[in-house]
Amino acid sequence: MLFLADFNVLKPEPGLLFWTTLIFLLFWFMMSRFAFKPIGNALKQRELDIQNALDEAKKAREEMSQLQAENEKLLAQAREERSAILKEAKEAKDEIIAEAKERANAEYKRKVESAIQDIENQKQAALVSLKNQAGQMAVDIAEKLLRRELSNKAEQEAYAKTLADSINLN
Amino acid sequence: MNFVRKYSLVLIFSGLCTFAFAQAGHEHHDHPHTAPQEQAADKAHEGEHHDAGAENAGHEAHEEGPCGHSLSIEPEFNAGDNAVHHISDANVIHVIGDIYINLPVILKSAKGWKVGTTGMFHVHHHGNGELANDGYVLVHGSVMRILDEKFQQGEFKVEDYTHQVVEEGGKSKTVYNALIDGQCLRLESKTTYDGGILGGGVTGFSDFSITRNVFTMLLTFVILFLIFRIVAKQATRTVHNAPKGLQNFIEPFYTFIRDEVAKPNIGPKYEKYMPYLLSAFFFILGLNLIGQIPFFPGGANVTGNISITIVLALITFLISTFSANKHFWEHTLWMPGVPAVLKIFILTPIEILGVFLKPFTLLLRLFANITAGHIVILSFVSLIFILGKAGESVGGAAAGAAASIPLTLFMMTLELLVAFLQAFIFTMLSATYIGTAIEEPHHDHH
Repeated sequence: MLFLADFNVLKPEPGLLFWTTLIFLLFWFMMSRFAFKPIGNALKQRELDIQNALDEAKKAREEMSQLQAENEKLLAQAREERSAILKEAKEAKDEIIAEAKERANAEYKRKVESAIQDIENQKQAALVSLKNQAGQMAVDIAEKLLRRELSNKAEQEAYAKTLADSINLN
Repeated sequence: MNFVRKYSLVLIFSGLCTFAFAQAGHEHHDHPHTAPQEQAADKAHEGEHHDAGAENAGHEAHEEGPCGHSLSIEPEFNAGDNAVHHISDANVIHVIGDIYINLPVILKSAKGWKVGTTGMFHVHHHGNGELANDGYVLVHGSVMRILDEKFQQGEFKVEDYTHQVVEEGGKSKTVYNALIDGQCLRLESKTTYDGGILGGGVTGFSDFSITRNVFTMLLTFVILFLIFRIVAKQATRTVHNAPKGLQNFIEPFYTFIRDEVAKPNIGPKYEKYMPYLLSAFFFILGLNLIGQIPFFPGGANVTGNISITIVLALITFLISTFSANKHFWEHTLWMPGVPAVLKIFILTPIEILGVFLKPFTLLLRLFANITAGHIVILSFVSLIFILGKAGESVGGAAAGAAASIPLTLFMMTLELLVAFLQAFIFTMLSATYIGTAIEEPHHDHH
């Protein structure tokens, strides 16, 4: 019984009601004015910042992927061009080599022919000169023979022999 | 896992100890009390002298004068009284032993205002004052008033305080008396608005003092305000930087209340109600947590006092009622699509009752949860004094401590959860009530 009588937490008291109302209203006012408002604004601002940063990052990412696609395209193009150039170069090279070969062959043939011609000419010239010399020599020998025959027969023969020996065709 | 095993071992051991010493203590209990005064001197804890057991009746009889039981005699330890005393509001703060902190007193009676501090009562043992000042005295830390007009002016030395049970109007009632100059003077308590149901009622004076609870509220206000100012300054100064320090502790609470409580329950107009919800949440949470600290300046059972929860619930009620739109009143008073007879006799009375029941459950839930938590913790701590026979049996006290410490630890952990939970629930329900009141009609649900 005393228990209930002293259980004054269950009894509303004017003093506590008054002070609680006053303190809570003051708390409410002060906190909303000096704490909750700035904190709330800062939070909102930060959320906005974060959202913006995220949006920007997303945009940057999109741009980046776009750039990358472009790069890829350019790269593919470059590659194609390169292979085309290479192909052309190879063709040109083959052509040049083939032409060079042909020309070399032609030159060679021409040179050989002219060499053969030269040799033939020289040969003809040599033969002509040989014929001329041999004729001259024969005439000379014949002349000398004729002169000796007249003086001595034995001597004539020996002399003819020496003459014949002296005809040395080098 | 290892910790849990050790903990359960301690628990089992303490249980066995408790049982053993309880048996021993019980035997001791049967001996007649031969030296009540010595026993009294040993007792460190305050309490009240009442409800004497059968075996105590003998030695109590000679204490019983015409004025009732003296309050300065140390009574048998009573866990119930102890708990009630500790959860109650008081005009002084009990630090330890006989050290009390005096608080301002502001008292109002038919004779006018009386302002001062409890220092004018010369508080000593058990929060009882040595002096009566202009009719006011301090009994167990609470201000009371002498009914006799002759003593309502000037200072008097109070020899003792007593309490007795009297029959009044067919009801037995406990009253307190002050003994001045050998005269037994009846005391009255301060005014309470319980309409006499709980033994209170409107009396000759009202107490507007800065009591322990008011002091705790002011302290909580100051602590919270300082913390929030630091956070607010940090937040405004470094808007574009990452939050740090105290900000990281407070801001999640803020965003939690905003995103989990206000937005889903109130809807698009939530921003208007954010300051109130946050104030209620942090005010209750701060008081709950400070009330959990078992020593000065904590320990006050503020949110477990009905006066405080009444004010908070009333503010929620006023906000939700005054923000209520046409749609809410229509659905409360004259629900469309229901036959008139049903409306008049059943629906409307129930709905009107509901309007008042909502804040009532709000105030009762917070009050009951916090008070219950405090009582359970105090009861577990009381185990030490019960089993130790308030100092007589050291072994019993040790066993009591062995049992009490894990139990109290468990309860305190639970109360820590309850402190957050009740603050959250109060805020959540306030948001729900406001949300229901301002809800816009959905045209598709009829």
